[in-house]
Amino acid sequence: MSSRLGIRKRRLARSTGGDVVIMLFLLIGALFMVIPMILVISNAFKPLSELFLFPPRLIVRNPTLKNFHDLMVMMAQSWVPFGRYLLNSLVIVTFGTLGNVLFGSLAAYIVSIRKFPGSRIFMSMVVFSLMFSAEVTRIPNYVTIAFLGWIDSLKAIIIPRWSAPLGLYLVSRFIDGMINRSLIEAAEIDGASDLRIYWQIVMPNIKPAWLTMIILSFQELWRTQGGHYIYSEQLKTLPYALSQITQGGVARQGVQHAVTLIMMIIPIIVFVINQSKIVDTMGHSGMAN
Amino acid sequence: MSSVVRRKQPQIGVEPKPGRLSTLFKEIAASKTYYLFLAPYAILFIIFTVVPVVMAVLLSFTYFNMLQPPQWVGMHNYVRLFLEDEIFLLAVKNTLVYASITGPVSYILCFVTAWLINELKPKVRAFLTLLFYAPSISGNAYVIWQVIFSGDSYGIINGFLMYWGFIDSPVQWLFDPDLIMPIVILVVLWMSLGTGFLVFVAGLQGLDQSLYEAGAIDGVRNRWQELWYLTLPQMRPYLMFGAIITITSSFTVAGEISTLVGFPSTDYAAHTIVQHLQDYGTIRFDMGYASAIAVILFFMMVVSQRVVQKLLNKVGE
Repeated sequence: MSSRLGIRKRRLARSTGGDVVIMLFLLIGALFMVIPMILVISNAFKPLSELFLFPPRLIVRNPTLKNFHDLMVMMAQSWVPFGRYLLNSLVIVTFGTLGNVLFGSLAAYIVSIRKFPGSRIFMSMVVFSLMFSAEVTRIPNYVTIAFLGWIDSLKAIIIPRWSAPLGLYLVSRFIDGMINRSLIEAAEIDGASDLRIYWQIVMPNIKPAWLTMIILSFQELWRTQGGHYIYSEQLKTLPYALSQITQGGVARQGVQHAVTLIMMIIPIIVFVINQSKIVDTMGHSGMAN
Repeated sequence: MSSVVRRKQPQIGVEPKPGRLSTLFKEIAASKTYYLFLAPYAILFIIFTVVPVVMAVLLSFTYFNMLQPPQWVGMHNYVRLFLEDEIFLLAVKNTLVYASITGPVSYILCFVTAWLINELKPKVRAFLTLLFYAPSISGNAYVIWQVIFSGDSYGIINGFLMYWGFIDSPVQWLFDPDLIMPIVILVVLWMSLGTGFLVFVAGLQGLDQSLYEAGAIDGVRNRWQELWYLTLPQMRPYLMFGAIITITSSFTVAGEISTLVGFPSTDYAAHTIVQHLQDYGTIRFDMGYASAIAVILFFMMVVSQRVVQKLLNKVGE
């Protein structure tokens, strides 16, 4: 019975009634989540006449690519070629994420596995820093970045990102939850160095952790508009350029919906690719615990 | 500042023995490699996070308009906040309402949803994970709620309600002080299955399956017992992570509110602490005052984090 509802028969027997309630809960939740998303997609393909229709429709009736076409035209007229904005975004996302994952996981490994003077205080500082509003640290950060001479350069966005605290905290939790200490002790007896334990034992076993970290970092950096550090037009990012295009009132309503869809779809694609990797790991290794 | 992170398992390596300075130095010398691992991250973290936070705390005791050098004013900013600034008190009240509703609800939703979909077949699970996670990853897709709750007859809800004859003139969903807060809460909940949810999904899949077989033999009878005695204790590292994420996000709701209902909202009905902070920090250029707000918000979050930690320690007992 339960297997027909898509539930894997595993562990204990499940009551059918419970399964039905669970399915119902998931269905309602999924509908609540998905209806606004459908509207986002549908609106991007609506002609202007349908965007202002009474009564409004959820699903587009005469889908058109006009909104995307208009967007293309505006992009082509842009003073800075659009590829440049895209390149800036890609550079920020790639290097920001790489450094964040590498430095964050190295530090997370050492504070989670080893105990040394300062390791606990360091970890508490990382967690507490998550609770301090970034708005008021803007000024000191601006002063520092100006002092380093990074104003109006992509470095100003990429390098501070390498020390983002959330990723480190995340990896340290997964090391606590997924790494069996006896595994590390065994490696130590074999004479493995910390670098080897980190790279060959810990990192492969916590793949979901750093894959999640990549998503978080991507999501954060993809939205970056350049902030207070970047003034040159040719160094601005894609979200910045797209948000400029939509500043056109009612006449650009259609384009605005197209932009919302594009900004939404790219992180989702990245997430899907990334998620398929997580599912892979689970299937093959079954977690070496 | 004791460690926030509860350690379940004993640590490998040297145990710091308090007291003698010379032992401390010896331990530090023995841990040289460890500091090398930490260094790339720690140096950047100190430069871009620790130092700015310390400076912001110091600035909270000054008057600083970003043009003239800061002037020391002692506790004045804090006194002003609590005795003279009615809107701040309103913002504190609103923030507590948001946090106490969206916090627990979204935390439980994150866990329950992750737990339920964990039982499904991998393909179904991946699809549902995407479906539930999509709203929080999709940038500013939440602006669609502006279309849904739009105050004219083209708004989705107004349109349908008028078409079916429930109302005869459009409702100002986003400008009516009584409606603003529930709508913002709805939208925040829509986006709440974020990082915490993702971590729960990944964490649940990494659990030790052999424990469940042993549990079935030991007399775990139904899924609730299994959840309480087997799953939750194993999930502890992730539960705390999810709690911190939920606390930081539910106490700092701001951007969604400004986008949906305007800044400031009608009668400050949806005004939160972070919005107040942004008001003083980026519009009025009163950085000292804004820093004081950040310090108070920080302590509010630390207190709630402590409470949640106490609660989570009881899990599975």
